[in-house]
Amino acid sequence: MKKFINNVDDFLKESLNGFGKAHGDIIKVNFEPNFISRKTKTKEGKVSLISGGGSGHEPMHGGFVGHGMLDAACPGFVFSAPTPDQMQAAAENVDSGAGVLFIVKNYSGDIMNFQMGAEMYSGKNDSIITNDDVAVEDSTFTTGRRGVAATVLVEKIVGSLAENGGSLEECKKLGEKVNKNSGTMGVAFTSCTVPAAGKPTFDIGNDEMEFGVGIHGEPGRKREKIQPSKTIVNNMLEAILDDLKPQKNEKTLLFVNGMGGTPLTELYLVYDDACEILKSKGIEITRSLVGNYCTSLEMQGASITLLKCDEEILKNWDAPVHTAAMRWGM
Amino acid sequence: MITETKEYMSVNFLISQAKNIQIVINENAGEIEALDQNIGDGDHIFNVQRGLKLVVELENDIKNLPLQKGLNMIAMKVLSGIGGSSGALFGTFFMSMAKTPDLDKNIDFNKACEMVITGINAMKERGKADVGEKTMMDVLIPVSEKLNELKNSNTDMNEGLSEIIKIAEDRMLATKDMLATKGRASFLGERAKGHIDPGARSSQLIIDTICKSLINK
Repeated sequence: MKKFINNVDDFLKESLNGFGKAHGDIIKVNFEPNFISRKTKTKEGKVSLISGGGSGHEPMHGGFVGHGMLDAACPGFVFSAPTPDQMQAAAENVDSGAGVLFIVKNYSGDIMNFQMGAEMYSGKNDSIITNDDVAVEDSTFTTGRRGVAATVLVEKIVGSLAENGGSLEECKKLGEKVNKNSGTMGVAFTSCTVPAAGKPTFDIGNDEMEFGVGIHGEPGRKREKIQPSKTIVNNMLEAILDDLKPQKNEKTLLFVNGMGGTPLTELYLVYDDACEILKSKGIEITRSLVGNYCTSLEMQGASITLLKCDEEILKNWDAPVHTAAMRWGM
Repeated sequence: MITETKEYMSVNFLISQAKNIQIVINENAGEIEALDQNIGDGDHIFNVQRGLKLVVELENDIKNLPLQKGLNMIAMKVLSGIGGSSGALFGTFFMSMAKTPDLDKNIDFNKACEMVITGINAMKERGKADVGEKTMMDVLIPVSEKLNELKNSNTDMNEGLSEIIKIAEDRMLATKDMLATKGRASFLGERAKGHIDPGARSSQLIIDTICKSLINK
């Protein structure tokens, strides 16, 4: 394992320390229990948005705390859900009286810990669960689809509505709409290494890729030989379009997300391939996002998320945002 | 179950069991980690190890406390110190055990069974998982059912504990051919088949360790 580490047990604490020092103008890092909050208090009447999950997906979620997005984020250990006391403390810290909306990715550990946190918090609260990953089957009898990169879009879009006075119910409704209208597919070329494990999570050949990988390196649909980008992107988009079934000329947001180890040059190449393929299918791309937003440590790979946009979604996407990882309009 | 009058559930009992379990889990850590890397994301063993370490370290803070207080402190430590599914589930287990009535009286084996059954029921509720879904509940639910059967029977205690050891092992092995429908492995579909569930394996080791220590008493 080659990583910037002093001591495995201090990995998270030292990283959070650095994050706090680097972005002290926007956020504050609180310890024991760990949560990241905005530097300024939530204004009265504004619904507070709180997300969280295992660490190792940076900038998600701490990088999205700030004006126009989250009010707080609860980081767990690397790839492990945060604990209920973190959610409780974050909610008590940021709730201005208008209630708290928890944004949770659909993983068993996250769901259980957020549920317990919500039960322990005495104020008004509700939750939305993201499950945009089209790589795995959805069914009422299973845990269902994983919540992955579209969580970033949910946090941005609902964050804008909350900033502009949306009620808890309205925020939840919009979040669910964004989640329902987005689909994500991921591909990995290499594994990632959890610091505590010290070795790669999975073995993968030099000429192989994992199609449908999750954001913890958990296997997806199938293991395949690596192919030209156009072929890979086409297969990813087919899986998404099969699920989303956009209308001809429907407006969409195209989000190409890096898993942490793939350079931006390649992500833009993926974006180019995706644009051409979508254009040939008569799908209109009206907004874009390219970069490392929902990562899996140092994994090489990318995910593509497509979001079908109506006016409400577009308006809230365009609204000003000022966080460590996403900033425009202010 | 026919037993002699002995203390079966006390703060010291819990701490000494945690120490025994810690040794067994550490001996089998490599195997559990490998199972998790096959079908999960590899965090389970670290969460279990972290939890055991935290409980063992609590010894000086809780050794003189009444059982209910001790259980509550263990619950909060586990809940806030582990994370992931294991933290929520085992935290729920201890929290519910602490809610069993009459914990200030002497706890005989039947009462201890009742506590464990209450705890496992709460885990089932929290995780919304039942048997056959390739999780730790595949081991814990049948064990809980057996305890329920034993606590009002005339079975010899050593015989009963041996039966529980056997059930835990059989049910752990049975997860190998299951299709996962809950937990991280559920995202894998058919590919999860052929691998024992890591949570089922760690739970079986815990049950095995506790039962063997009681048989040897």
